[in-house]
Amino acid sequence: MPDRIADVWGTRTPFGRDALWPVRLDQKLEDGVGETDVERWVQSACTLCSNGCACDIAVRGGRMVGVRGRTADVVNHGRLGPKGLFGSWQGMQGGDRLTRPLVRVDGELVETDWDTAMDRIVARSRQLLDEKGPLTHGFYTSGQLYLEEYYALGIIGKAGLGTPHMDGNTRLCTATAAAAMKESFGSDGQPGSYEDIDSCDAVVLYGHNMAETQTVLWMRVLDRLAGPDRPLVVCVDPRETEVARHADVHLPIRPGTNLALMNGLVRELFHNGWVDEGYVAAHTVGVEELRRTVEQWTPEAVAETCGVDADDVRAAARIIGTSERVLSTVLQGFYQASQATAAACQVNNLHLLRGMIGRPGCGILQMNGQPTAQNTRETGADGDLPGFRNWENPDHVAELAALWGVDVDRIPHWSPPTHAMQIFRYVEQGSIEFLWVSATNPAVSMPQSARIRDVLAQDGLFLVVQDLYLTETAMLADVVLPAAGWGEKQGAFTNVNRTVHLADKAVEPPGEARSDLDIFLDYARRMDFRRNDGAPLLDWSGPEDGFRAWQECTRGKLCDYTGITYERLRGGSGIPWPCNDEHPDGTARLYGDGVFRTGMADAETYGHDLLTGATVGPTAYSAMRVDGRAVLKPAAYQPPHEEPSEAFPLRYTTGRTVYQFHTRTRTGRARQLRRAAPSAWVELSVADAARLDVSEGDVVRVRSPRGEIVVPARVGDVREGTVFAPFHYGYWDRGDVGPDGRPTAANELTATEWDPVSKQPLFKVAAVRVEKIADAEGPSAAPTTAASRPARPDARVPETVGGPDAEVEERIRPTEPPRAEDQGGR
Amino acid sequence: MLLPVYLGLLHRSEQLLAESFRQVAEGHAAEPDVFHLCRTLADQCEDHAEALLPVIERYGEADPEDEPERLHAEALSSTRSGPVGLLRDLQDVYVLGSLVEITWTMVRQAAQGLRDDELLASVEACVPETEVQLSWLRTRMKQAAPQALVAS
Repeated sequence: MPDRIADVWGTRTPFGRDALWPVRLDQKLEDGVGETDVERWVQSACTLCSNGCACDIAVRGGRMVGVRGRTADVVNHGRLGPKGLFGSWQGMQGGDRLTRPLVRVDGELVETDWDTAMDRIVARSRQLLDEKGPLTHGFYTSGQLYLEEYYALGIIGKAGLGTPHMDGNTRLCTATAAAAMKESFGSDGQPGSYEDIDSCDAVVLYGHNMAETQTVLWMRVLDRLAGPDRPLVVCVDPRETEVARHADVHLPIRPGTNLALMNGLVRELFHNGWVDEGYVAAHTVGVEELRRTVEQWTPEAVAETCGVDADDVRAAARIIGTSERVLSTVLQGFYQASQATAAACQVNNLHLLRGMIGRPGCGILQMNGQPTAQNTRETGADGDLPGFRNWENPDHVAELAALWGVDVDRIPHWSPPTHAMQIFRYVEQGSIEFLWVSATNPAVSMPQSARIRDVLAQDGLFLVVQDLYLTETAMLADVVLPAAGWGEKQGAFTNVNRTVHLADKAVEPPGEARSDLDIFLDYARRMDFRRNDGAPLLDWSGPEDGFRAWQECTRGKLCDYTGITYERLRGGSGIPWPCNDEHPDGTARLYGDGVFRTGMADAETYGHDLLTGATVGPTAYSAMRVDGRAVLKPAAYQPPHEEPSEAFPLRYTTGRTVYQFHTRTRTGRARQLRRAAPSAWVELSVADAARLDVSEGDVVRVRSPRGEIVVPARVGDVREGTVFAPFHYGYWDRGDVGPDGRPTAANELTATEWDPVSKQPLFKVAAVRVEKIADAEGPSAAPTTAASRPARPDARVPETVGGPDAEVEERIRPTEPPRAEDQGGR
Repeated sequence: MLLPVYLGLLHRSEQLLAESFRQVAEGHAAEPDVFHLCRTLADQCEDHAEALLPVIERYGEADPEDEPERLHAEALSSTRSGPVGLLRDLQDVYVLGSLVEITWTMVRQAAQGLRDDELLASVEACVPETEVQLSWLRTRMKQAAPQALVAS
């Protein structure tokens, strides 16, 4: 059986263009548990990345004892990645799970009962509402709850309290995906399908280390690469990732210069006649302004600004411009960098210019980072209005008011929703005095950690934290609520390519822990939120009621769930929305007809200026007469605001790595994953390491204008002049809120700055200096299996292996693979 | 011909707008979006002022203060603090930006009357940016106003 720590992507099952991705069942059971010992298999889907792999949870004696991929599912065809195999179920079973509510008494968190904890929350909430109104309340949620939970939270915030201060950590991970799709196509909603991997001739990955962030999606690419009709691969990434190692063209550009490259690629399409003029004329607006904006970006100009070879820019453009079917995927290298929305929009523009959208193999995947980020965006838990409604469209707001039985004016729609970074600023300034954080750990995950810790700890803030474990953020709370999580509660969620899965409850949560939905419903009951007719605002008795309410909210919208029920989601595959009477089996791809959601009545936004984020507004937008065409949105390149200087001569970038997820709340409690990547490191290029006299494992101090980390160095394959740090390593495992003299969290160094349109923070652009402070006591803990491997073979660095503990059963089956849009009639 | 008066007013106003954007950036550096964008927009204003130079060379630039109408603009004297201070400062910049925008409109009319292609090209290049500056100020003030005026 393969060791799936050592062999991250498992056994190859090659397939050719337009064939179906073969089925491979991946299964991991607890030591000593055989298949016949499993009492029940409970259907679910993995929540340790955004891919949305369907799985079954093995249950024995009321415990989760393992997991297997679902072969009938269109997303993963039976496969699971290391995080899913080891982390999903074991990560829920840490001995330090929160089992009772905690309240702060004389500065200490002490256990209490639910009534006491909820009474405290409600008392503070009521007091602030009475004295100062709803603008005192903020909610910061997650990309890891279920859609019913987010929708409940959205209703509480918008129709119960009436606060615009709601966001999710999706702001850090996926806000730019949504923003770019809104700007180009009028609405959030992924155009492409994972099945485009099966049919493409070229796959272009923009700032997307798919091999580590979505391991199962990368397996699909690897299987195409191993088969006949191998697609060409283009990789834009400053590190030599696994993706880069398989690429035909690798553009290791300087962090912060994405838009210059993109404008250059768009220009090549114009100059080489690779534009589908007929499609552009019929289905887009803005081509002339785009042409003018990119004109200065010759391959040589790109080479100069981005630090890449001009011929490589030409080669990449040729692949994008001439391949019959191009799939593009975009992630944090673009989303968490300067001019994020502008750069991501240019990916959309490349496809629009070639008329390459909505057909097999011609997909755009504006990726998500988290499993349920799509639902945070759809349901309004991130501040947007639910169902992709437009806060500037009075009809949309009126629909919600009617649906919820409240006055239109109750729903905050007078300005854009408050984004997370601004919510924290209002907390810092003292105007938000009540902050409720659910299933996320901003003390480690937000930029400029020291500042965020101060904000969360400041006097006058009433902080509620709802989580599985006592995270760094929870340690700062006034009330901690123990949440039930994956496998312990029921709910539906939606992945990157709109595929909806049901996660059923497999086991009871520990102690008194409650589902996030139950907690939100309890708050709504205690606050006595009511509709205008006097009925309770939220009268749901459980998740399925919430799902039905959500179906009504989406009826007739792009994200139409009316054809999907819990029952339909059981037994077979997940189903991609829209799924309704017109598309009873779901919809693999959007916009094949070239009609976009840009009409005045459909648009989720009337758009923004990409440089400043200024809103276009209904009057100007109406005058543009976009009317169902896509918008070719241009933007002029601006250099990053923090460039290397004498004091801070290196560029700093951060990211996720293959064995950990976020701040390790779950993955750090699965021993196979913990052992594979136990502690922090920083990656330096060979040349920089030589200049700094740093060898493998030497302890270095990395300083930015905001702070420092002190960690062992890996001499690796990052671009010269750039330093990379994984963002997983906070302080909970030593019981600390902050560094206490041993700083390891990548965000100690990052800046408080965000994209003007998506408001996504810039985790990948900062300037630092590095100095060696101690000789190595051994090699760094960086894994050797992916991008962080040593640049040169180094006998002192042991290969990352999992041993027998990490062995996973893989069964390659001659079963017919599943297909999206073929999921009816079960 | 009074075009030189308007060119002088426009040139000076763009410079003052640039100064004001920089002042707001420094005074509200704790708001990172305001800090960075105001500096970017200040650069734009300076580019606009520079774009007028060849035209001014041809027509001359009269000091608006010399005119009986006393067309003049004022830069921000200092910045205020706190959420309401931010709002007030942005509002002051907005007023100045509006003066710049309407002055460009006057200059465009004159340029059309003169069939001056060089001046018209400057107008076409600069005015859209000025309009976006005003849109951004409106967007940012609308965002900040409820919290500053109700909850601070």
